[in-house]
Amino acid sequence: MRTLKTLGAVMAATIAASPALAQEAPGLDEKINQAFANLTGPFVSFIFAPLPGTSFPWIVMWLVIAATVFTLYFAFVQMRFFSHAISLVKGDYSDPNDAGEVSHFQALATALSGTVGLGNIAGVAVAVGIGGPGATFWMILAGLLGMASKFTECTLGVKYRNEYEDGTVSGGPMYYMSKGFDELGLPGGKILAVLFSIFCILGALGGGNMFQANQAHQQIAGIVGDYPGWITGIVFAGVVFMVIVGGLKSIARVTEKVVPFMGVLYVATALVIIAMNADMIGWAFGQIFAGAFTGLGVAGGMVGALIQGFKRAAFSNEAGVGSAAIAHSAVRTKEPITEGFVSLLEPFIDTVVICTMTALVIIITQQLIIDPETGNYMLNEAGSAIATVDGNSGVSLTSAAFGSAFSWFPYILAIAVILFAFSTMISWSYYGLKAWTYLFGEGHTKELIFKVIFCVFVVIGAAANLGPVIDFSDAAIFAMAVVNVFALYFLMKVVRQELASYSARLKSGEIRKFEH
Amino acid sequence: MTTKIVIGLDGTETGERAIAFAKDLAKLIGTCDLLVAYVIEWSPYTFQTPEENAQRHKRREEEVDLAMSRVVTPAVEALRAAGFEAQGIVRHGDVAETLNAITVENGGSQIVVGRASADGIKKRLFGSSTQYLVMHADVPVTVVN
Repeated sequence: MRTLKTLGAVMAATIAASPALAQEAPGLDEKINQAFANLTGPFVSFIFAPLPGTSFPWIVMWLVIAATVFTLYFAFVQMRFFSHAISLVKGDYSDPNDAGEVSHFQALATALSGTVGLGNIAGVAVAVGIGGPGATFWMILAGLLGMASKFTECTLGVKYRNEYEDGTVSGGPMYYMSKGFDELGLPGGKILAVLFSIFCILGALGGGNMFQANQAHQQIAGIVGDYPGWITGIVFAGVVFMVIVGGLKSIARVTEKVVPFMGVLYVATALVIIAMNADMIGWAFGQIFAGAFTGLGVAGGMVGALIQGFKRAAFSNEAGVGSAAIAHSAVRTKEPITEGFVSLLEPFIDTVVICTMTALVIIITQQLIIDPETGNYMLNEAGSAIATVDGNSGVSLTSAAFGSAFSWFPYILAIAVILFAFSTMISWSYYGLKAWTYLFGEGHTKELIFKVIFCVFVVIGAAANLGPVIDFSDAAIFAMAVVNVFALYFLMKVVRQELASYSARLKSGEIRKFEH
Repeated sequence: MTTKIVIGLDGTETGERAIAFAKDLAKLIGTCDLLVAYVIEWSPYTFQTPEENAQRHKRREEEVDLAMSRVVTPAVEALRAAGFEAQGIVRHGDVAETLNAITVENGGSQIVVGRASADGIKKRLFGSSTQYLVMHADVPVTVVN
């Protein structure tokens, strides 16, 4: 009910936007923020509840254990099949007669454009800002382990997808939960699927939408000066509305093409900055390793670094969350497991490469203030995070780090953030929609309702403060992982059968490269 | 042994001239099969939205049906009506590479294409598909002006 009132206020403000209202806008932002924090507080508290007697959130442990179990169960599949995954993406094993279908490369690129985004830029800055350089170590480790989780869920996503008579497909955890459990004679698959779908819708509205809108606003405000968040929200919501409701595919297409170039430009600039400070590389890695095991004075010490690293990795690459299984299930392949191999590259590119670049640039450009006497990091006044040069956090910390080397880069970064945010929103609007139609059935009106709700949340996300938004985003996405990982434990033996069969045929030469 | 000539069409009038030339050639050879090929320009390395991916199979079928019904089938029927042995094929891919692959797979001994009409800048930067085909094909290529 409170949400509805808030929405009403937003709409009223939009319609009657006048100078007087604009002056009162910070008050409106504050109201939205407070209402939102109150509404989502209990859910967030439950998801991030610490394990009894520790400060370690149970959900982080849940994901790390899952990634470790999958890594061991599939005997380090992420290393054994890494080069095979690259061959698949290159199309070495693609039948020329299937040309014109969704290729492995396209499925990977689409899934990546949903995950590469603010998690890599803002999320890493939050992790390093709170957990110190040591968080990077745990983030990379979580990324490497997460490759096995992604492999498991994406194989199942393709295996149990729905293929409709008109040639379209729908896939994702809700389908492997219901169909996979039925196939194995296990009860409760349908319940899990419904639960997952609910959390997926919340995740789509949270991390896939509000967090993006929020950070995009912060980035724009950082350049043009502070102004009310709901204005950015309305503009973003309008563009998203035109694409997902109005069917204006041209905007989405342009974004999908520009985003990969932005990603490459981002990594290339990071590499140049690292190269410019080549003498600092050894020191930076020293900080990462030392911080990983001692914390170097950060809040929460080593555990604080570990929690931040694991949390940000999971939020960034979404391994075990189930979203990628929706994106990857569109690929046309006779072997579902090939899509699993391809998908394991995703956490590698997203976390091990791109996130590490962000972290290294922040560390190398010395944005985090070190106490010269102790060599430890100094905390800010609240004691909640490391003090930074200009008091920056989140995306503005990354922006400042890149800006210290190239003064023009914050402008490029602002454009990148807006485009990343936009493409992530488009991807998540699709994931959310798939969960919505799973629950309520397909149909124009039903789909339209979800799309309108999605657009309204863009406005709320842009107007709220970072704290409550990031908490809710994390909580909703991790809630998806709770259900998804639970189902994966039951279904992983299906993946193992597929893996054994595929490996044997690959070895015998039955599966071989096509000549192109 | 029957000779097989592959005729590459692109849906424009240059294709008509390619067909006319191939017919003359086939008459001169005597026992000659004609394979009418249409390649839908497609790359596996493009970037698409999740929704486009989900609908890709459906779109592909539609694209193939459209190319078949608008371009290939009318050409094949006209050739058969004129007394030639003719078949048709539609495939997605890089135009030059795919035409060559179709020819090699089907035992074609020659490719006949119309001069392609790529637009200015693209042509200057990358060359046209026809140029690429002439340079890299495994069999002789005739370009009809």
